[in-house]
Amino acid sequence: MSVKILGKSEGFYDTYERRPGSNKEQTHYCPGCGHGILHKMIAEALTDYEVAENCIFVSPVGCSVFAYYYFNAGNIQSAHGRAPAVATGVKRALPESIVISYQGDGDLAAIGGNEILHAANRGEAMTVFFVNNAIYGMTGGQMAPTTLIGQKTTTTPYGRTLQNEGYPIRMAEIIASLESPVYVERVMMADVRSKNAARKAVRRGIKNQIEKKGFSFIEVLSTCPTGWKMTAPQSEEWIKSTLMQNFPLGVFKDIAQQVEPLDLSQNLATPARVPKLIGLDQDKVKFDPASMKLNETIDQEIKIAGFGGQGVLSLGVWLSEIGMREDLEVSWIPSYGPEMRGGTANCHVKLSREAIGSPLVTHPTVLVAMNRPSLEKFEDDVIEGGAILWDSSLIDIEPKREDITRIPIPATEIAKELGNTKTSNVVILGVLAGYSDFLDPMVVQQVLPLIFKKRHLLEINLKAFQKGLELGRQLSA
Amino acid sequence: MAKQFVKGNEAIVKGAILAGCRAYYGYPITPASEIAHAAAQYMPLVGGTFLQAESEIAAINMVYGAAGTGIRAMTASSSPGFSLKQEGMSYLAGAELPCVVVDITRGGPGLGNIAPEQSDYHQVVKGGGHGNYKNIVVAPNSAQEMCDLTMLAFDLADKYRNPAVVLADGFIGQMMEPVDFPEPVEEFAEKKWAIRGVDGDRMNLISSIELDPDDLERHNQKLQRKYEIMVNNETRFEEYRLDDADFIVVGYGIVSRMVHTAVDQLRIEGVKVGMLRPITLMPYPSKRIAELAAMDHVKAFSVIELSNGQMVDDVRLAVNGAKPVEFYGRMGGNVPSIKELVHEIKRMMRVI
Repeated sequence: MSVKILGKSEGFYDTYERRPGSNKEQTHYCPGCGHGILHKMIAEALTDYEVAENCIFVSPVGCSVFAYYYFNAGNIQSAHGRAPAVATGVKRALPESIVISYQGDGDLAAIGGNEILHAANRGEAMTVFFVNNAIYGMTGGQMAPTTLIGQKTTTTPYGRTLQNEGYPIRMAEIIASLESPVYVERVMMADVRSKNAARKAVRRGIKNQIEKKGFSFIEVLSTCPTGWKMTAPQSEEWIKSTLMQNFPLGVFKDIAQQVEPLDLSQNLATPARVPKLIGLDQDKVKFDPASMKLNETIDQEIKIAGFGGQGVLSLGVWLSEIGMREDLEVSWIPSYGPEMRGGTANCHVKLSREAIGSPLVTHPTVLVAMNRPSLEKFEDDVIEGGAILWDSSLIDIEPKREDITRIPIPATEIAKELGNTKTSNVVILGVLAGYSDFLDPMVVQQVLPLIFKKRHLLEINLKAFQKGLELGRQLSA
Repeated sequence: MAKQFVKGNEAIVKGAILAGCRAYYGYPITPASEIAHAAAQYMPLVGGTFLQAESEIAAINMVYGAAGTGIRAMTASSSPGFSLKQEGMSYLAGAELPCVVVDITRGGPGLGNIAPEQSDYHQVVKGGGHGNYKNIVVAPNSAQEMCDLTMLAFDLADKYRNPAVVLADGFIGQMMEPVDFPEPVEEFAEKKWAIRGVDGDRMNLISSIELDPDDLERHNQKLQRKYEIMVNNETRFEEYRLDDADFIVVGYGIVSRMVHTAVDQLRIEGVKVGMLRPITLMPYPSKRIAELAAMDHVKAFSVIELSNGQMVDDVRLAVNGAKPVEFYGRMGGNVPSIKELVHEIKRMMRVI
């Protein structure tokens, strides 16, 4: 059960050393199988175009899984149906290589339907050979998506029916309906004439890739005498009499001559350039350590809560950024879960002189409440002697607790007077800096330009900070 | 280099790029999507590839193809997405292709929810796909480690020609902390096995097929030897206040951060408790746990996980009956408070 490929080209190995057993001269394909002929056409084309050494051949599961026994190319064997995805990873890494995805009908049209569709739709610059013999050859003659109505297989012993399995799928037509592919043709392996046409299609598919034209797809109606339980001549006859009637031959799409070659050039950054390119080259603002107020008593666990859009999460990030620049250990974590999408938000900030264990704040030293539900929800959690800051212009109640420092801030009102209610969180930041001993106003003013890159936003937020700072100082006095 | 205040998920991508990764293939899923967002932002800036694949399965197979060419490639997902990638993980392990896969674990089974769990331990650490293989698994517990351990994962993956998984959870992914980014990796070992589409590597083959049972057994034995070498050379863990501990709490990832705080609180009360944190989950610090179990001052262990108790199996195997091994777990995306942990650790200590 093996076929010798006569007149071997450079595209094949001289002997098939990877093939198990003693026969290193012949392929594993059955007599009369179309794979051997198609292999030969591909190898010849690779040799003639002098790209055999640049070829990377991806062979997934099916009879052609052992294509790597034969092709003198870089060989990658892949999972069932996944060759177009694997080939995508290869081609994107090596755009100068010639990447071939060689797939059977079960592989491409059933289990790998998604992979082929999207590789084609992206217009990956590869060549796909799709061997359609209307049956699963390797696994024992089961139904393929291309099996004809009435055709008997080991899984359609009474013949494929419309009711149970539906119509055979015509992949070339489907692929041709997409915008990206440049060349889609269906050929067959029957008589000499049809094989000549097939040879031309194979060459065109590979040439397109050499010319960087994009995605080419060649469907090959191929014989499977073993699966069909026919002789080789009967098989060729059956392709012509029956298979071809269901899968019409022809060019379904060809725009290779009209399209410009793809720009597949790569511009990989050297490692040395990477930090700059991804914004890690330097600290954008230099801090004068002498200006920092490193307070020995700092250890804060802060919870900030309010409506989404009030800048609750941002205020937490800024506090952490400032803490980091005061050489503290810091952590920030947003409320995490469905409430994130439900309109209210909160975040947990820790500022500490020592390594932070859990980033969660269950008992805050400081609660910033920017709406009423947040005040009601978290008031009881604040530690004895802690502080509650609340936006008194939005919240019509006051904290009940007397064992904490109470800091009402008309933050939204102040922000409105400044002309932008969105600055209310910066007003609160200012109050925290003016009131408390854990935020150094100097550092805050250095951090704000990092946050507000646009000048008009920076100006208004610096004003908001100043207002808050003054208020905080008044309150603490 | 600059210290930056970043999300864990972003630290992964920046670390990966510093480690020389130039290909990211992924599919969006909460709570791992920020990794794809950051990769989409930064990969093109360094001339790398970012591609949103049509599925998790396609993404892992694109990584397979990219890894086959010898470049450093990665993907990231969350639990249900990782389940889909398992086919590819098995092929990568079988074909001995190095790559990095990030799993930001969420609540399961099924669609579950998007809150943090550690319920992927079995499917990530024990293999998960078909066949006799293992992934290298690192478990960060901070934004800094999201960067550092991602970089380590690339090195280990290359060194052993094996897929490496960064196993984290939604908490560490979403958390922001300062990260001191290291210098970029400048030198890489040559990958003679890779397929580069040049004459010199035409005899190279990336494959996981071995038809002959003896050949496949030899291949499997080679893989097992590789895992043994990893156990000897690559096991990493952190010990905290174990010197005189009666009771050792074992926890990884975000749990270790909470246990750390709980241990501090219990120590203030005079309770002699300490923590062992596995940093590599495969290879697992079984040897160290066995050594600790043999010490007189160690009376018992407990394992705390955000799961039904998956890593606890490995602790029990390592302790091998020498001392009691207790377990406390939360599921569904619930994270225990420190108060709860202190209470539970005290409860479990009653076995002493």
